[in-house]
Amino acid sequence: MTDTPSAGTAAVAPGLLPTAAGSSGRPGRANRPGRANRPGRANRAGRANRAGKKKLGVFFWICSGWIGLIVLVAIFANVLPLPKPDFENFAAPQNGAPAWGHLLGTDDLNRDIFSRLLFGSRVSLVVGFGSTAIGLILGGIPAMFSAYRRGRVDTFLNTTSYAVLAFPALVAVIAIGSFWGHQLWKITLVIGIFSAPVIFRVIRAATLSYASRDFVMAAKALGASDRRILGREILPNILPTIISFGLIAVATVIVLEGTLAFLGLSVPPPTPSWGNMLNEGSSLLSGGPGQNNPWLVIFPATAMFTLLFSLNVVADKLRSYFDVTEVKL
Amino acid sequence: MTTTPPAAPAAPLLAVEDLKVSFATPQGELRAVQGVSLTLERGKTLGIVGESGSGKTVLSRAIMGLLPRERATQTGSVRYQGQEILNASHKELRGLWGTEIAMVFQDPMTSLNPVQRIGHQITESLKLHLKLDRAEAKETALSLLMQVGIPSPVERFNAYPNQLSGGMRQRVIIAIALACAPRLLMADEPTTGLDVTVQAQILDLLGTLQRDRQMGMVLVTHDLGVVATRTDDIIVMYAGNVVERAPTDVLFSQMAMPYTEALLRSIPRISNPSHTRLRAIEGRPPDLISPPPGCPFAPRCPYAQDTCHHEKPPLVEGSAPGHSYACWFPLAAPGMAASTSGTESA
Repeated sequence: MTDTPSAGTAAVAPGLLPTAAGSSGRPGRANRPGRANRPGRANRAGRANRAGKKKLGVFFWICSGWIGLIVLVAIFANVLPLPKPDFENFAAPQNGAPAWGHLLGTDDLNRDIFSRLLFGSRVSLVVGFGSTAIGLILGGIPAMFSAYRRGRVDTFLNTTSYAVLAFPALVAVIAIGSFWGHQLWKITLVIGIFSAPVIFRVIRAATLSYASRDFVMAAKALGASDRRILGREILPNILPTIISFGLIAVATVIVLEGTLAFLGLSVPPPTPSWGNMLNEGSSLLSGGPGQNNPWLVIFPATAMFTLLFSLNVVADKLRSYFDVTEVKL
Repeated sequence: MTTTPPAAPAAPLLAVEDLKVSFATPQGELRAVQGVSLTLERGKTLGIVGESGSGKTVLSRAIMGLLPRERATQTGSVRYQGQEILNASHKELRGLWGTEIAMVFQDPMTSLNPVQRIGHQITESLKLHLKLDRAEAKETALSLLMQVGIPSPVERFNAYPNQLSGGMRQRVIIAIALACAPRLLMADEPTTGLDVTVQAQILDLLGTLQRDRQMGMVLVTHDLGVVATRTDDIIVMYAGNVVERAPTDVLFSQMAMPYTEALLRSIPRISNPSHTRLRAIEGRPPDLISPPPGCPFAPRCPYAQDTCHHEKPPLVEGSAPGHSYACWFPLAAPGMAASTSGTESA
């Protein structure tokens, strides 16, 4: 009983006309709310136009695509048709240049650099995102409560964060690692703990700037609990800061892990990481004949550079995209 | 959530007695409110008038319990339906806030969360306090938006605050304040920052809603014109003190305090010829850290005499019921001339 047959019957049987008119009237009525919806659509279009002035840009999408690709590859490295990263394939050339069998060449132990590079990304990503997540939990959540409630606890945490910041994180991580061990989770946890004070300071400052706003007072006067005010009123406002600063923190931590690995103080070999590949490769840069392999330095360095660059670009573009002061409210 | 115990039926909706609020500052103790008493019955409107810095906002926040405890010292008594709420725990107050007492804040531009949709902000307290589910809350919110006169509430429901005008935002704020049907509404300069026509609309709206819901309302403003037709009683505050208190009609007919008169004069009048100079009150309100010993208004008062500078006038009863004022030489109103001259000769 759709409209098309009723329109047809209307022409054939005059007796059916009223019903036909009724049924054809209904779509008409349905159209009117449709028209009323149009301002809504125009609004959406308007929002799109406004966003058009402030686009994230192609570059942002290229960079976030690159980060996404690295994350995907790191997750599915096992499934990909790759030789094992620590497989010393004596059929392959030693210190080979990029070739079809070994896309990025081989190292001095005849291992496939491409495979090692992909598996090595896991270390960087786990430490980078893991430590930042730990830092956000250990630093960010206390920061919000501290900034909102103020008082002695705030003074105490504030001073503590300065004290921890005053201690060079790299030295601390090296010292702790040297007696505790260099497993991935330990490195992640230690770096996470030492990134907490910086994150604490940033989130505390962001929360402070919102904690005394009228809408927070208004929410309080409506009987909202502190947790609710922090979660529902303040958090959405500082989320852009958290995201963009978090990404920068990820980049910083990846560099820190790279430094440790380069010094041989991160995940022990044969587990590949970009840092220890660089370490191995650096000794092959000025070696004698047959001991010269620039590829072992070029590829991990490029991978790390592009990842860090992308993280910074994404963070910066997001920051300016969410920056309300640039848009007139 | 906590139900107030049904106090003695005679207990007024709000009773404030000798409320004093002071802040510790590096320069000394700043006494923002110096012993204010007031009562408000259900369904009545009380106007609190005074210029900037007279303590009216601090007073209204102290009544709400919104002042920071660690910095503000509050003494006296604030009873809501007989229940003492001054210095009550936050937990206790949270049971009253929103459901019993609600507040409309000064600035509609900053009182809404910029990153949350209007609808979300209204439904939040409905879900929290009245335990409505999403659909019920949305329905209630839409009807609230309709009540506060927002056209096409369905579309506004999903709007962000920056998509609304100032007047619209203040309507939304009023809708949020009224969501859980409070019995007492504190409106702290609800029309600051809005243009005059919108001001009138918002005030009329508040008046209508207050009558319909039989709420008690405290209307804080610096504009005597605003409270003239919309309140039952008026309190005039100056430098943290109540300087005159009267039923609205009495205040305007038998004004006793020179400050009240000065406030009234400083309102531009439409009947004045153009380019009439506005009669602003000369000088500034006194320092609240070390106030002058006499009447706080004396330095700016055109009628001030020696006594005024040395002795602080007490709040005394006027001739009309409910009228009291703090002035050594009240303005000569008909019927009060005798007492005035008597004071002068003394």
